[in-house]
Amino acid sequence: MNWIPSIFRRDKLYGDLSEEIRLHIEERAEQLIGEGLSREEAERQARLAFGNRTLLEERSREVWQWPTLESIWADLRFALRQLRRSPGFVFVAIVTLALAIGANAVVFAVLNGLFLRPLNVPQGQSLYSLQRGNEKYIVQSYPDYLDLRDRNRSFNGLAAYTIVQAGMDTGKDPSHVWLYGVSGNYFDVLGIHPYLGRLIQPADERGPGSAPYIVLTWAYWHSHFQDDRNVVGRTVRLNKHPFTIIGVSQPQFHGTLLFFSPDFFVPIVNQEQLTGWADLNARGSRWVFELLGHLKPGLTPAQASADLSSIGSYMKAAYPKEDDQSSFTLVRPGLHGDFFAPAIRAFLVGLMLLAGLILVAACANLGSLFAARAADRGREVALRLALGSSRTRILRQLFTEAVLISLLGGAAGLVGSVALLHRLSVWQPFPQFPMNIPVNPDANVYWVALLLSLASGFLFGIVPVHQVLQSNPYEIVKAGSAGRLRGRITVRDILLVVQIAICAVLVTSSMVAVRGLARSMHTNFGFEPQNAMLVNTDLGMAGYSEDKVPAMQRRMIDAMKSIPGVSSVGLVDSPPMHMGWGLSDVFTDKTTELKPSNAAAEAILFKISPDYFRAAGTALLAGRNLSWRDGMDVPRIAVVNREFANRILGSVNNAIGGHYKMPDGTRIEVVGLVEDGKYTANLAEKPQPAMFMPILQMPASDTWLVLRANRELGRDPQQLAAAVRGKLRDLDSGLPAFLQTWSEEMNGALFPSRMATMSLGVLGVLGAMLSITGIFGMAAYSVSKRLRELGIRMALGAQRREVLQAALGRAFKLLALGSAAGLLLGLLATRLLAFIVYQATPRDPLVLAGAVLAMVLLGLVATWIPAQRALSVDPLILLREE
Amino acid sequence: MPVENKPMTKTASRDLFPGALEMMILESLRRQPAHGYALVQHIQQRSNNLLQVEEGSLYPALQRLLKAKLVKAEWGVSATNRRVRTYQITASGLRRLEQQISSFERMFEGIALVLNPVNPLPARRNLQ
Repeated sequence: MNWIPSIFRRDKLYGDLSEEIRLHIEERAEQLIGEGLSREEAERQARLAFGNRTLLEERSREVWQWPTLESIWADLRFALRQLRRSPGFVFVAIVTLALAIGANAVVFAVLNGLFLRPLNVPQGQSLYSLQRGNEKYIVQSYPDYLDLRDRNRSFNGLAAYTIVQAGMDTGKDPSHVWLYGVSGNYFDVLGIHPYLGRLIQPADERGPGSAPYIVLTWAYWHSHFQDDRNVVGRTVRLNKHPFTIIGVSQPQFHGTLLFFSPDFFVPIVNQEQLTGWADLNARGSRWVFELLGHLKPGLTPAQASADLSSIGSYMKAAYPKEDDQSSFTLVRPGLHGDFFAPAIRAFLVGLMLLAGLILVAACANLGSLFAARAADRGREVALRLALGSSRTRILRQLFTEAVLISLLGGAAGLVGSVALLHRLSVWQPFPQFPMNIPVNPDANVYWVALLLSLASGFLFGIVPVHQVLQSNPYEIVKAGSAGRLRGRITVRDILLVVQIAICAVLVTSSMVAVRGLARSMHTNFGFEPQNAMLVNTDLGMAGYSEDKVPAMQRRMIDAMKSIPGVSSVGLVDSPPMHMGWGLSDVFTDKTTELKPSNAAAEAILFKISPDYFRAAGTALLAGRNLSWRDGMDVPRIAVVNREFANRILGSVNNAIGGHYKMPDGTRIEVVGLVEDGKYTANLAEKPQPAMFMPILQMPASDTWLVLRANRELGRDPQQLAAAVRGKLRDLDSGLPAFLQTWSEEMNGALFPSRMATMSLGVLGVLGAMLSITGIFGMAAYSVSKRLRELGIRMALGAQRREVLQAALGRAFKLLALGSAAGLLLGLLATRLLAFIVYQATPRDPLVLAGAVLAMVLLGLVATWIPAQRALSVDPLILLREE
Repeated sequence: MPVENKPMTKTASRDLFPGALEMMILESLRRQPAHGYALVQHIQQRSNNLLQVEEGSLYPALQRLLKAKLVKAEWGVSATNRRVRTYQITASGLRRLEQQISSFERMFEGIALVLNPVNPLPARRNLQ
């Protein structure tokens, strides 16, 4: 660019100029001396002839300066001076914008972190996961993975991983860890390098159980091994099996799943040692959590899908019993396919829209404040116009003020949101899972905040433009700023109505959400989370072999029962509404060909101990409970829920004694019927068929003990927890256990509703604050404009009511209009909310009444001070003033 | 006629229309290169001292010409053995001068026609 060197050239230019002028005056003086003048007189005359040297030198220099930039600088300084004169206005404006822009930045950063930004691995944008069939199953079986890996022509390597939990024993206290079982090529495919030692390699895989190696994540190494570089080569025990630590992965690598970061990685071929399931070669057993790889350059996801689907057709033909879905699609990795993504995305987009509305409302608010300011400054503007300033220059000045405020507000909002986001990214809402919410802001977020600030500055800066362009300096200087037409609908009125409507929408929807959440806490879950404690243990982690598990489980149950204050104890493989649940296809008794497409339903499977229903508080409606006699040596039985009875057995009445089939052909007899409940971690789920099987017939080593306390647990769950730990230690000191009250555990299930309600609540409060400042601004302005008129009215004997009506009638009319529009819109909008917040219904008299009351209260609060001011008008003082 | 509100008009052309000083400087330099002091002398002499140009006002004009690359400047020594900065007209300066002279002549002619043949040049009342 041209002007960069010219800046450095300036010094020389200016030096030359001064020198030249000095020589000029000198030459003139010498000539005058030659004409006979004294030196002193000659020098004086020379200077006189030259003119104002300083001024001329400045003028000459100005030629080289950048006029626009420098006049913008002047505008900026003027704007700062102007703003410093009204600190209250500036404060309100900056806080309003900081909140609005901050809210937008936070929501955008979350959206950016979860959806827009690729996973934090090299070339993350070409990384895809595989989904199978119309149901978009992302979980695959290991033999299918091997076929897909070896036969595809679309990926530069296809990696697999699964999530496993294990008990780790480093010689000290046993601890519960979460890890990935990864394929040998996992790190190669992702392009991850070791921080220390080496990573798992394809050559490590030599059949099941062949690679007892551990690669630690940097975070786990840092927190649990205190950055000990000698950790490589050490042997630790996972579920009592020796594993050797071979390396540490790069610090910024947290696995390939957003939300969840593992503690370390082990080869997937060794998963049997950790899970106890020998299903590495079972094609029908789908447990590999996700397959992913980099698409080859130049290939589209559609081409890759076609390639994979042809492999799918081959597998379907070769293994008709296990593989009946041949089509494959690709999906962005990180959120486990389309499992969580659509709901979260819909919610975030909705939130983004609401946050956008907040910003628009804030701009409308500030726009009317600015218009009021511009009207108050009518005299100043008129004077400047009369003195020859151009209208563009005055508008530029107003815009400079607007943009300055919006940038300050944006900066404040960004600082706040960055702080919030950093806290959010290290947040651990669930004590069991290591979480990783990668929402820390990046350049995208900063750009969006800057753009939003500039845009809002222009948006509210543009409001007074019309007013300034229309103003006639002659009229204003003559008449003063009070001579304005009334009764006409102004831009400011419309803005205020729009703003109040938006705020009413926000207030209504947050109320709907809060009310929905409150209701969902008192819904019937089909079990009783109050006064119950959950104890999670995995006997596999303590090295119990399959045949020893049932006896140990009974010992644990008996030990828990002996704790004073515990009324009943049950055991379940995974409690309802916990993350992760068993599912199985079920078939009617008449079905002979047991392939997935013939299934009567997919039922949720619980493996329970006899006393589970009592401990969980689930009502047995008919038939009998399970007992310890229902073991391997008697025919298979189950207790089912009403929904199961209706869908698979035909009716509730015929359920007891009825039969159905499992995918492996086992006939199950139904012996009992229980009430329906909520089973998956989703409050809004529709009734699901569920079956409860005796844990002696369907063994599981990873189980949850349910302890029902016979008194109020809320006061002191710690005491019970200590007792539980003591009993467990007595049974086996090497068994890691995780304890939580059931109500705490429920937080996981309620998490989405809670988050939704919290964010909507925050937005609702923001909306309420904005409407207060908006109405206040409008009311205060209209009172101050009409003080003289009000004074005259009072002098002529107007009553308080009449004065108030004159001063605030208009503000109240606008408030009523905006609120009505907003309530209506809000009720329409909250239909959408019902998808996220369970039991959120807009047709709730309490919500309606609450929203109306809130708006009335807001109006009263906002107009209180202006009303007081209007009433305290002293006509004498006022009339004397002008 | 719209008049640009340039700083120069405030002092330098209290008695001149904008651009006049630059035009005269270019014309002088076309005849021969000169330094600032010599230019002032030249313009005053040529105008028979009718144009009382404030000497200093020459310099902002010279800087504008320099910036527009219509003239170039060089330090040297004058015939009277003084250190001087000599200005020289450039090729584009010559072209600009021709354009300005012709447009000036047309304007002058127009103004003269509008007024009357007896009263030749009260142009300044119209301008600024």
